[in-house]
Amino acid sequence: MISVDLAKHMTSASNGQKEIILKTENVSVYYGNFLAVRGVYLDIPKNKIVAFIGPSGCGKSTLLRTFNRLNDLIPGCRVEGRITFHKQDIYDKKIDPIDICRRIGMVFQKPTPFPKSIYENIAFGARVNGYRGNMDELVEQSLRQAALWDEVKDKLKQSGLALSGGQQQRLCIARAIAIQPEVILMDEPCSALDPISTLKIEELLDELKEKYTIIIVTHNMQQASRIADMTAFFNAEATEMGGKMGYLVEYDETQEIFHNPKEKSTQDYVSGRFG
Amino acid sequence: MMSESKPSEQQENQQLWRPNRQRSKLVELAVKSLFGLFALVSVATTIGIIFVLIFETIEFFREVPFWRFLTDKEWTPLFSNAQFGIFVLISATFLTSIIAITVALPLGLLAAIYLSEYAQPKLRQWLKPALEILAGVPTVVYGYFALLFVTPLLQKIIPGLQGFNALSAGMVLGISIIPLVASLSEDAIYAVPQSLREGAYALGATQREAIIGVVLPGALSGIVASFIIAVSRAIGETMIVAIAAGQNPTLGLNPFVPIMTMTAYIVQVSLGDTPAGSLAFKTIFAVGMTLFVLTLILNVFSFWFVRRFREKYE
Amino acid sequence: MTAPQSTPAKITSPSMFQPSPNLAKRYKIDRIFEIAALISTIVGLVVLAVLLTDVVLDGLPRLSLNFLTNYPSRKPEQAGILSPLVGTIWLLLTTAAIAFPIGVGAGIFLEEFAADTLAAKIIEINIANLAGVPSIIYGLLGLEVFVRIMEPITKGRSILAGALTLALLILPIIIVATRESLRAIPNSLRMAGYALGATRWQVISEQILPLAIPGILTGTILALSRAIGETAPLIAIGALTFIAYLPHLSLEGFQTPFTALPIQIYNWVSRPQVEFHTNAAAGIIVLMVVLLLMNTTAIILRNKFQKAR
Repeated sequence: MISVDLAKHMTSASNGQKEIILKTENVSVYYGNFLAVRGVYLDIPKNKIVAFIGPSGCGKSTLLRTFNRLNDLIPGCRVEGRITFHKQDIYDKKIDPIDICRRIGMVFQKPTPFPKSIYENIAFGARVNGYRGNMDELVEQSLRQAALWDEVKDKLKQSGLALSGGQQQRLCIARAIAIQPEVILMDEPCSALDPISTLKIEELLDELKEKYTIIIVTHNMQQASRIADMTAFFNAEATEMGGKMGYLVEYDETQEIFHNPKEKSTQDYVSGRFG
Repeated sequence: MMSESKPSEQQENQQLWRPNRQRSKLVELAVKSLFGLFALVSVATTIGIIFVLIFETIEFFREVPFWRFLTDKEWTPLFSNAQFGIFVLISATFLTSIIAITVALPLGLLAAIYLSEYAQPKLRQWLKPALEILAGVPTVVYGYFALLFVTPLLQKIIPGLQGFNALSAGMVLGISIIPLVASLSEDAIYAVPQSLREGAYALGATQREAIIGVVLPGALSGIVASFIIAVSRAIGETMIVAIAAGQNPTLGLNPFVPIMTMTAYIVQVSLGDTPAGSLAFKTIFAVGMTLFVLTLILNVFSFWFVRRFREKYE
Repeated sequence: MTAPQSTPAKITSPSMFQPSPNLAKRYKIDRIFEIAALISTIVGLVVLAVLLTDVVLDGLPRLSLNFLTNYPSRKPEQAGILSPLVGTIWLLLTTAAIAFPIGVGAGIFLEEFAADTLAAKIIEINIANLAGVPSIIYGLLGLEVFVRIMEPITKGRSILAGALTLALLILPIIIVATRESLRAIPNSLRMAGYALGATRWQVISEQILPLAIPGILTGTILALSRAIGETAPLIAIGALTFIAYLPHLSLEGFQTPFTALPIQIYNWVSRPQVEFHTNAAAGIIVLMVVLLLMNTTAIILRNKFQKAR
């Protein structure tokens, strides 16, 4: 508990000058009666890359999926506490999860291109959300931003499934960008990719933060240290019921987390002693 | 260890253990050969069907030139002035099948969507066996229903509708193949990974938008294959059309008048006393051959389609 | 590259928590779509209910002991279904006696002896194709092979010829059911048997089959209930519609001409007189009861099977 309070203290200390776009206050996630993530306080600053690191089972991905309410799809999943986006509670009854999804995009661990053409993959989200502008321009612009345009501009009619794994993931990023969200959630986007594709996506993220706030879950500490402005370290503890419960240990500037962590468990993790 | 035991003990032990390996091996071989022979029965069935149809069809074309089969405008092989226009029967089969498909495709596909995407597990547990019952009703019962319930009902709405017609036969035929379409399409929809649905939701799609925009395209090859198989089933269906659509070979696509499908013709001739070797006898094989070739083409096409266009997910 | 000003302001505006203007409409279409899907699922069941009600209303008054014990007749009020009912039972048993051993044997061969061989694959494709052949085509095969070529054995349009035809028709279903039941038995059991020095057949007959047999029986009964309802192939081989005697309980019994419930029903439906239609409805009730009994047996077996595993 001390560590959580400490983390809360530190975040409030270090974000004085930045605009906070997404904020969690004492957020816990339950699956049925099982508490998966406990009491998280986080401030996500605008136009930054925030990395969630920690051993598996510590609830990073679970927490990430509360930000766009994708957990609503899992029967029995319940979120307690407050998550605010531009100071508005996103779990407010008046808020529709579909509106949230439009403003907070998501890229998944495994590339999930739709079984349609590359063009249609991008256009789908815009179309369902009632986009009335020039679709060709939107597709091109999104693919350019995802650094994929030059590779696919001559085969927009081909199936998205025909691309390589790294291209598929960039297609999914382009797809997320196309609906012009403010935040992009990334759930281990590079874990299924080779090092070269990973590098490409990391370079891409650095460009994307000009326009978007990015929250990325990663198993790869080097990746976090390379790309993230802020890093949150999560850990898991065993519960009496035999499951694992995740909690936030420490959240700070990436530099601090990796070179000057306040917590012993953070130190152990980033130095590779466990996890 | 063994060498330490006394010779007499060893001998006694050997007498206890005398497996008849020779015999087991013989039994194994006999069983394997017999069952292998049984497995060949299915191959023999296919060969038998093809051989019988080809043999009698050749006999038929010895008496009736092939071009007459294709170009005659009437189908009256039992008359003295016999005509052999197979397209009369094909057009009728086509008509009932089109009506059936018009009923079965939307209903079957929507049912598949409901079962796989909307129905709560408990409800699904009830609905699926209930649909299976629909598939288990004998077609002669559907024929009764089409002729004596649906046709009188439709006659109240459509004044010119005759007692035998393609419309009610086709509609009831369509109902009878809903379970086929639903279950094959559901399998295809079920195979679309959950991650694609989540991907769609993450873009702000509603459930319907995810289904229509992502899930159905993802299951397209399987759905199309189920449609083709349904068409093939409709073409080969016999009793419903023989009972309710009539026995009146007319060329045309009017759903309100009696017609005669290929299957209905085979039934009509079979019911009469047709001596083997007569021309009438040979016609049912020529018609059967046409029917077989049509359904085979559709079945092979559906296999090919699934192989060619199956979406490969990890 | 186009600047993002082409997009609606509401997307980039930070005060975005008003629901999007068209969201209500999208949800409405969603709701309509779901209801349409539900209705489509139910349509078939409603038709089934109407069909059964219609048949019962038409046929139930006609149903009596006399109806079950009388032979078919030209006079509708005297006509009964004794010979069709007995014919159906003969067909059922004979078909089962032919199709069960062959289907199960073939299934065992394909799953246990020849799994993943080229021969198995060819036979598999062949079975998949046979499933798509219209049943009346089987009737034409039966007419040529069992009625004509095998006449010395079958004596023409006999119960045996009919049962052989139906057996070929349902063979693929029994083979597939057998293979699925065998596949459900864990491989460790086979390995344990081989490890004791048993031959393949010893393991199959003593370890595997006893566990698989309920599943195989379920599949067989469902296949037989399909055979019982089949009309077209029997008409094609020339089953008669007017039979005023029962087959002898002897080997010659298999060689007698026969009729069956669906054929009698078809015959009555195709008469113009309303009284015969009533007979048809009563006949359908009997046929459906027979099918119901068979399916209930199959379901009970299946449940037992699932519990045991």
